[in-house]
Amino acid sequence: MNTTLKEKITAWEPAAVWNDTGDGMFTVPAERLHPLAERLKAEGFDFLRSLTGMDWGEEGLGVVYHLEATRTGENLVLRTQTADREHPVLPTVCDLWRAAEFNEREAYDYFGICFLNHPDMRRLFLRDDWVGYPLRKDYDPSLNPLRMSNEVARDTADSFELTPDGSFIRHRRPIFDEDEYVINIGPQHPATHGVLRFRVSLEGEIIRKLDVHCGYIHRGIEKICEGMTYPQTLALTDRLDYLGASQNRHALCMCIERAMGVEVSERVQYIRTIMDELQRIDSHLLFFSCLCMDMGALTAFFYGFRDREKVLDILEQTTGGRLIQTYNTIGGVQADIHPEFVHKVKELIACLRPALREYHEVFTGNVIARQRLEGTGVLTREDAISFGATGGTGRASGWACDVRKRHPYAMYGKVDFEEVLFTEGDCMARYLVRMREIEQSLRIIEQLIDNIPEGPWQEKMKPVIRIPEGSYYAAVEGSRGEFGVFIESRGDKSPYRMKFRSTGLPLVSCMETIARGAKIADLIAIGGTVDYVVPDIDR
Amino acid sequence: MKYEDFNDNEYLEKMAQELRRNGTNVIVGCLDNLIEWGRSNSLWPLTFATSCCGIEFMAVGAARYDFARFGFEVARASPRQADFIMVAGTITHKMAPVLKRLYDQMADPKYVIAVGGCAISGGPFKKSYHVVQGVGEILPVDVYIPGCPPRPEAMLYGLMQLQRKVRLQRFFGGVNRQISEKEYEELLKRDLTAEKNELNVESEEKR
Amino acid sequence: MFDFSIITGWIHGLLTSFLPLGVATFIECVAIGGCLLLLYTVIAIAMIFMERKVCAAFQCRLGPVRVGPWGTLQVFGDVFKMLTKEIITIRHADKFLYNLAPYIVILASLLSFACLPFNRGMEVLDFNVGVFFMMAASSIGVVGILLAGWSSNNKFSLIGAMRSGAQMISYELSISLSILTIVVLTDTMQFSEIVARQADGWFLFKGHLPALVAFVIYLIAGNAEVNRGPFDLPEAESELTAGYHTEYSGMHFGLFYVAEFVNLFIISGVAATIFLGGWMPLHIPGWEGFNAVMDWIPGFVWFFGKAFFVVGLLMWIKWTFPRLRIDQILTLEWKYLVPIGLVNLLLMVIVVVFKLHF
Repeated sequence: MNTTLKEKITAWEPAAVWNDTGDGMFTVPAERLHPLAERLKAEGFDFLRSLTGMDWGEEGLGVVYHLEATRTGENLVLRTQTADREHPVLPTVCDLWRAAEFNEREAYDYFGICFLNHPDMRRLFLRDDWVGYPLRKDYDPSLNPLRMSNEVARDTADSFELTPDGSFIRHRRPIFDEDEYVINIGPQHPATHGVLRFRVSLEGEIIRKLDVHCGYIHRGIEKICEGMTYPQTLALTDRLDYLGASQNRHALCMCIERAMGVEVSERVQYIRTIMDELQRIDSHLLFFSCLCMDMGALTAFFYGFRDREKVLDILEQTTGGRLIQTYNTIGGVQADIHPEFVHKVKELIACLRPALREYHEVFTGNVIARQRLEGTGVLTREDAISFGATGGTGRASGWACDVRKRHPYAMYGKVDFEEVLFTEGDCMARYLVRMREIEQSLRIIEQLIDNIPEGPWQEKMKPVIRIPEGSYYAAVEGSRGEFGVFIESRGDKSPYRMKFRSTGLPLVSCMETIARGAKIADLIAIGGTVDYVVPDIDR
Repeated sequence: MKYEDFNDNEYLEKMAQELRRNGTNVIVGCLDNLIEWGRSNSLWPLTFATSCCGIEFMAVGAARYDFARFGFEVARASPRQADFIMVAGTITHKMAPVLKRLYDQMADPKYVIAVGGCAISGGPFKKSYHVVQGVGEILPVDVYIPGCPPRPEAMLYGLMQLQRKVRLQRFFGGVNRQISEKEYEELLKRDLTAEKNELNVESEEKR
Repeated sequence: MFDFSIITGWIHGLLTSFLPLGVATFIECVAIGGCLLLLYTVIAIAMIFMERKVCAAFQCRLGPVRVGPWGTLQVFGDVFKMLTKEIITIRHADKFLYNLAPYIVILASLLSFACLPFNRGMEVLDFNVGVFFMMAASSIGVVGILLAGWSSNNKFSLIGAMRSGAQMISYELSISLSILTIVVLTDTMQFSEIVARQADGWFLFKGHLPALVAFVIYLIAGNAEVNRGPFDLPEAESELTAGYHTEYSGMHFGLFYVAEFVNLFIISGVAATIFLGGWMPLHIPGWEGFNAVMDWIPGFVWFFGKAFFVVGLLMWIKWTFPRLRIDQILTLEWKYLVPIGLVNLLLMVIVVVFKLHF
């Protein structure tokens, strides 16, 4: 972090204390957080990258905020805490960054931190009758046996307000009125791409309100990670966003390597970059297939899957896994690339370009597809930034949010590729961004594939890995947005807290904004083009 | 796949022997054979997937693996019309009642396949506070397909195992009526959704 | 050309020779009903098999291959399965209407199926307002679908049924207009007569531009009428799970499933009858030898050949296009097809009045 920004913040908020361990962050007292946040927002910090709830044990509970200014690219980490473990209360920032809406609900769900004036303080992932807060260090799992009674969704949203005498008033606001026609879409529904649930209030075919329910595939990966050694945690990242398995693992490896100060060889950097791009192609082909299937064009679905198999073949030959590769390791990769790898990748590139043309003929050029995608489900640039909707969704709205350009890692700083941007922000733009990104990925691979340098594919690492004390954040451009890893270490062989910035959570949090006023059929198109993966949302 | 190619035939043969111990009427037996032939060759899956295994399940349906060859192709999105449910992926505590309900909504005869480590035993998430330790705890599983996620070939093998199992069941043998008429009526009367939940009756509170 | 009425006449003669007329007629009716049901089932099975194979071919797959030679027995397996599957009764549903709905749908489909002239002398229902009757019968189907959606007590079903109601009733109009165009050309509403008038040339070729336009409109509207192709909103899988028949299981669902496919065949059969000459063989004026060879091919082969050609065309459309949205469907009908159909009808009247047709 540059010193001028540090000085500025100390001038604005004398109570903010700079702490230098790890990436470095400011600690702000809870009552001073909101004014400082407001000031920062006004100064251009308009993107809340990540919001992490924390349990610091004796010190109490708190939240870590990762902020970025989209205009200047400056980054800033804030933390705030409250010592009260019985009734922890912190001010909300969701009036400044809408991304905080879901993230604060997540923190409430995990740690029981109530955010004052947050409009909708419900649990995000767990059932409403869940006892306790699972990510607290003193959580007792025996409190929550498997409940087989049908879950009754809460019909009211709570919010808490502070009165001058220091007590809190709890407001209840009904989510749906009595006479609204509410239908459930999901959790088992072909269009939600997994087990997401929408409660939709309809007027005829038009959507009036949309309430997202997550957590049907919440596996508590972050909690499991706290009990694992660093190399063990790697296995779980692949299962977050399984269409970005390689990239997720890349992020975690990068974060650990950066914290330990390990430099991986150039060969590894090349391999990782190529693998990431192959994974991106795989994911985008699946995106195309699923979108077509959702829109009723079943044949195009099969075309997409046919070509995706070719990508999977290459991945499988080198890594041994089709979908979940478990390839990256701390300090390198699991095994060297297969002797045929280079040859096969070149073959793939040669056959993918004509295939893309075929897709455009079958689907993109189709008059029905155009009519259904163009102009529906518009997300503005401001909303995209405010929600933190990165990836193809953000770029379709004109926000240059590609981590590969913002914070170049691996080989991305040295290859020449174009960040695909659209300004319309509608479904068509979101669709086209991804189709063009396949071309860009091919371009990146083409530049690298012939020049993979010789070198070791794995640095020598100790069997037990310890990370120096402090907190670290690293991000990669996943298949559907910024995938970040936040590690707080206390110098042990396992992390004190590990948080994954989900790529999908901001995407579903903006569904309400996009889908309101659209038709049910549009909801399917919007869900398809926003392209979330549910296990990645729920973690 | 040929009969000899399966490597656990003894188990099914024993099961068949047991089922046929008392002998059957020739006509009923023939009819049974016909019906079971139809049933085993027309197993329609429910489109249901929770995570990674679901993508591989889609790959089984896609061009290269194409389970339509065996008659599995008509994936129904409505549980009423499906014959078996592929539990593809992790089942969490929040999902478990939903899955149970989906299973209850299916029409008899119905089968369950547990796909992947998570559905079999909790897999890599066994230590989690929110994961069911295998769907066997809540549903009667017919076939387990191990893997994380299983390869499409493994899924096809598992599906064919289910076909063999179905072929052994007797339609007239009473296998399908696992529940008596009276029990069924009682179940109907019990209103599942009316289970009292205090969540929505809380009063205004001040803390 | 083989005339099927020789056989029916012979049977009638045989029966009346030793039975009173009333009893003989009754036996004939039952026999014909049975034959019709059999044919209906056979066509349903053939259609389902064809659908699977055709879509597999479009999607670079094989389709069913394991059950029976080339998978031909696949659909029989499905039938046995369906017949033995549990039929679920639903709480809080209107039981009578719920159970009635699939039968209404199948009845409508069967009634209109009976109107098709398969061969010379092989018409089951053939009278002077046959076209009118066929359209009336086929539109009963929408009642069944609405009932199914309403009585299921399921929100998805209800939305599906409402979509279906809006869509089918709208597109009925376009179908009527395009058929009316041909009726104007032939000045008869009897199917056998319509086919007979095409002995010297199919209406698609005889009727000039208006007939061609009517044919295209008919195909689009027909596709919508049977809820298929880009118009499959009432059962849009990715939106409404299974639309109006979400809650149906076992053979009740099977009836909807079968009716959908046979309706597709009926739409194609009617298209073949009124535009492509029904069982009339292809004749090219002046090529006597060719025409004689064509005459050797039996009429029902011509009929089924033409009908399945149209079916193939509609399947091609279905497996290529994405689904439309409800407002787009209604826009297409009311803003484009109906006005074009009306103008087309007027054009046909002018053509007929001034004897411009061939």
